[in-house]
Amino acid sequence: MRVVVLGAGIVGAACARELARAGLAVTVLDRGGPAAATTAHGEGNVLVSDKGPGPELELARMSRRLWEEALAEAAGRSDADRVEWDPKGGIVVATTDAGARGLEEFAAGQRAAGVTVETLDAPGLAAAEPQVTRDFALAVHYPEDAQVQPVGAAAFLLGDALRAGAGLRTGVEVLGAVTRGGRITAVRTSAGTVEGDVFVNAAGPWSGAVAERLGAPVDVRPRRGEVLVTTPQPPTVFHKVYDADYVGAVGSGAEELQASAVVESTRAGTILLGSSRRRVGFDDRIRPEVLSVIAGKALRLFPRLAGVPVMRAYGGFRPYVPDHLPVIGPDPRLPGLWHATGHEGAGIGLSVGTGRVLADLLLGREPEIDAGPFRVDRPAVLFEGDDQ
Amino acid sequence: MSPRLVRADRDAVRRRDTPLSITVDGDALSGVAGQTIAGVLLANGRRAWRAGPSGAPRGVFCGIGVCFDCLVTVNGEPDVRACRRRAADGDQVATQSREAR
Amino acid sequence: MSRNVVIVGAGPAGLAAAAAALRAGARVTLLDAAESPGGQYHRMLPEAFAAERPGRLHHGWAAFDRARRHVLGHPRCTWLAETSVWSLERRDPGDARPPRVHLVHGPDGAGRDRSVLDPDALVLATGAHDRVLPFPGWDLPGVFTAGAAQALAKGERLAVGDEVLVAGSGPFLLPVAASLLEAGSRVRGVLEANPAATVLRGWGARPRELASQPGKAAELAGYTALLARHRVPYRTGRAVIAARGDGRVEEAVTARLRADWSVVPGTERAVPVDAVCVTHGFSPQLELPLAAGCALRDGPEDGTAFVDVDDDQRTTAPGVHAAGEITGVAGAPAARAEGLLAGWLAGGGSPDAPELRAVRRRRDQGRAFARRLAAAHPVGDGWKSWLTPRTVVCRCEETTYGALCRAADDPAGGSDRAVRLGTRAGLGPCQARICGPAVAALLGGRVTRTATPHHRPVAQPIRLGELARPPKEGTP
Repeated sequence: MRVVVLGAGIVGAACARELARAGLAVTVLDRGGPAAATTAHGEGNVLVSDKGPGPELELARMSRRLWEEALAEAAGRSDADRVEWDPKGGIVVATTDAGARGLEEFAAGQRAAGVTVETLDAPGLAAAEPQVTRDFALAVHYPEDAQVQPVGAAAFLLGDALRAGAGLRTGVEVLGAVTRGGRITAVRTSAGTVEGDVFVNAAGPWSGAVAERLGAPVDVRPRRGEVLVTTPQPPTVFHKVYDADYVGAVGSGAEELQASAVVESTRAGTILLGSSRRRVGFDDRIRPEVLSVIAGKALRLFPRLAGVPVMRAYGGFRPYVPDHLPVIGPDPRLPGLWHATGHEGAGIGLSVGTGRVLADLLLGREPEIDAGPFRVDRPAVLFEGDDQ
Repeated sequence: MSPRLVRADRDAVRRRDTPLSITVDGDALSGVAGQTIAGVLLANGRRAWRAGPSGAPRGVFCGIGVCFDCLVTVNGEPDVRACRRRAADGDQVATQSREAR
Repeated sequence: MSRNVVIVGAGPAGLAAAAAALRAGARVTLLDAAESPGGQYHRMLPEAFAAERPGRLHHGWAAFDRARRHVLGHPRCTWLAETSVWSLERRDPGDARPPRVHLVHGPDGAGRDRSVLDPDALVLATGAHDRVLPFPGWDLPGVFTAGAAQALAKGERLAVGDEVLVAGSGPFLLPVAASLLEAGSRVRGVLEANPAATVLRGWGARPRELASQPGKAAELAGYTALLARHRVPYRTGRAVIAARGDGRVEEAVTARLRADWSVVPGTERAVPVDAVCVTHGFSPQLELPLAAGCALRDGPEDGTAFVDVDDDQRTTAPGVHAAGEITGVAGAPAARAEGLLAGWLAGGGSPDAPELRAVRRRRDQGRAFARRLAAAHPVGDGWKSWLTPRTVVCRCEETTYGALCRAADDPAGGSDRAVRLGTRAGLGPCQARICGPAVAALLGGRVTRTATPHHRPVAQPIRLGELARPPKEGTP
């Protein structure tokens, strides 16, 4: 079976890896270069803490295990080191009583679903994060949260795919579908026609546009997020620390700015400060007032960072689906077309689980989690629930 | 064999020096008003004061605020470009590395 | 209602733009990161030095001083010293106004205030800094950019060393050597990397053009005479290809170069020095033009670029003019002519004003001078052969040449962005201002180019506390 993966971001790379290792003939196409768009503009989250009980949490927990397996298998390889896997754990801090009540309830549900959740008292929080605010109502530690360097992580997955025989073609833009008997048999591209038996749409925020060009539109839209990067600092922030509003902002579908504090450091010593979510199409302007809001929220959590300089800001587009669930599976309207998209800000972490589920479905194996909730023919994806 | 200030009594621009004193990691260094912190450090024979990620020594490179090699902590504010900040009498300067400050 | 013109940068171009915009009747806000106007060319002494004869260190001081006093004293001019643009905010598509200008005021590290300007026209005159190519040991203390040596000598009367080599390429080597001599250093030599044939061919062609720049020619002749008086050898076809020492520069390794800047084997020589001052041309400061949406044009060397301007110094971004070294490196006289044009037109002056004819002619002569400069002092590709796998290319993050090559050769790596994120080259505090063009040149042809190294949406570092506070309303 010849599989053509459309998109060389981390989700496309993870799909290509699973399919190539299963012995399929895989070709990855990308309009630009590998891991150059959404993948390169995120923080590298591998989180369970921001997901309530349900299918996405199951995918997240499976993905986390698969990350560890993949890295263990590649231990000692330089490309595995460049993933910068850091199982640092997450700490969620509620600074208001209302926030604390919401967090408490949310965490209880997660605990019941099997997530490791530890409540921190004041000395516990101070020991875990010496610089964090002392003015908090509730703090919860999630030891399973991890972080990677997203471009290194994508290159690691794609490298595995290439080693297993996959091919990569960059600078190739998909223009349309060639169909025969109602089935997609090739894509027309800026570099000629590429034939295949199965086509996997893994174009992230652009997968809505790609699907439309292929004649099977899906409701995946760009949602913009911005991140501030400080100058390298001595060790200051030790976990991924975020305020309890974050879960609400992730779960919101509002067009206007949603912002909440997410603070963490990288191996290089920089501190990343997020996060914002806005629906502004593909408008890539950096908005000073958005950066100002992010800075203000981050300082509520870490007041002692007020004198630390921001040296860079970057924004990226995340693939947003109105019901906040990824889209993984075959498109019933166009046989041969599959989708692996819609992960919004969680694609780095969920990539490996997505690749595994997709490969299982494609090869007729039983996925280890229920893939039904991610199916393509659901109202949020096929515009049936569209109220915009 | 080190950088030095042109002597005021021989300076063609005929300047008048007002002395000042700063501390660098607790050591007192003397300078003159108008010098940058980098200028005071260099004129006191210090060519390097910051440690790069590997610990490699760094001092002034571009001298005009572009390269960020000369970063110091001034009165508690980190990452100040020493070549862009005029020294003020009593400034407490701390050198920086990636490990600790 | 007169127009509001904001001019970023108060060097020769920005100051001239301010004078012309005022003459056209506009209200002008002139700002600069420094305490005084002048830019790098007329870098002024600090007031605290109370210098009686500050003009002693400058060419054309009297004219500069007149322009400075006229502009700063003008009732329609607001002068914002120690002010930096940290962000330019582009308008919505279809809105023809120039971007909003986001400022921070005050010396770095002092809890600065923010403010925002909404100009009718924007003139960018942000200038350039030394371009320094990497070589083994260039990260040792005691290796300075030529601009640093000059800024310290002219701006705070400091000699960077006793025994100094000045090396690299371009006419800027000469004033730097002169500043060092004036400050009391012994200059062991001035090394121009290009062979005499290239330099002479570049400068010698079309002598009539050169005669149109009498000031520049006289200035250069003065430096040459000064070097001769101090018996400082000026050598062509020779470069500093390495610096060595234990924690600081103790010797420089020089070598004869071929025309492409590759080393002639066996010609290496160790020269004991305590400072090396290097320049390989200039890098324009392009983050603000890029943030404003201005198109760039490629420069003569791989990885270099300048702002694309039309005959009226207009960029491709609505309401945004550019002047000076960001449009091409042509020296102060050309920068002044560009500034006059940009300021006059940004201020609402008529493009048909008769006095513009002479200004345009001077600007065009300046551009011809820039072409001559580029032809006489090209950067040869052979500098890449000076590097070893252990040579640091990115000073901030200490990314080595070897690490860059390994990342570029990773088949799953692919793009320049992936290489930078993987090696951290250009991601440190200087944000690729120093290594960006060199990294781009080293990666050229090896990986997909997806981004310019000059893209810096946060144009100057801003502290979280400063960013979190809202901007102050009104004119600062």
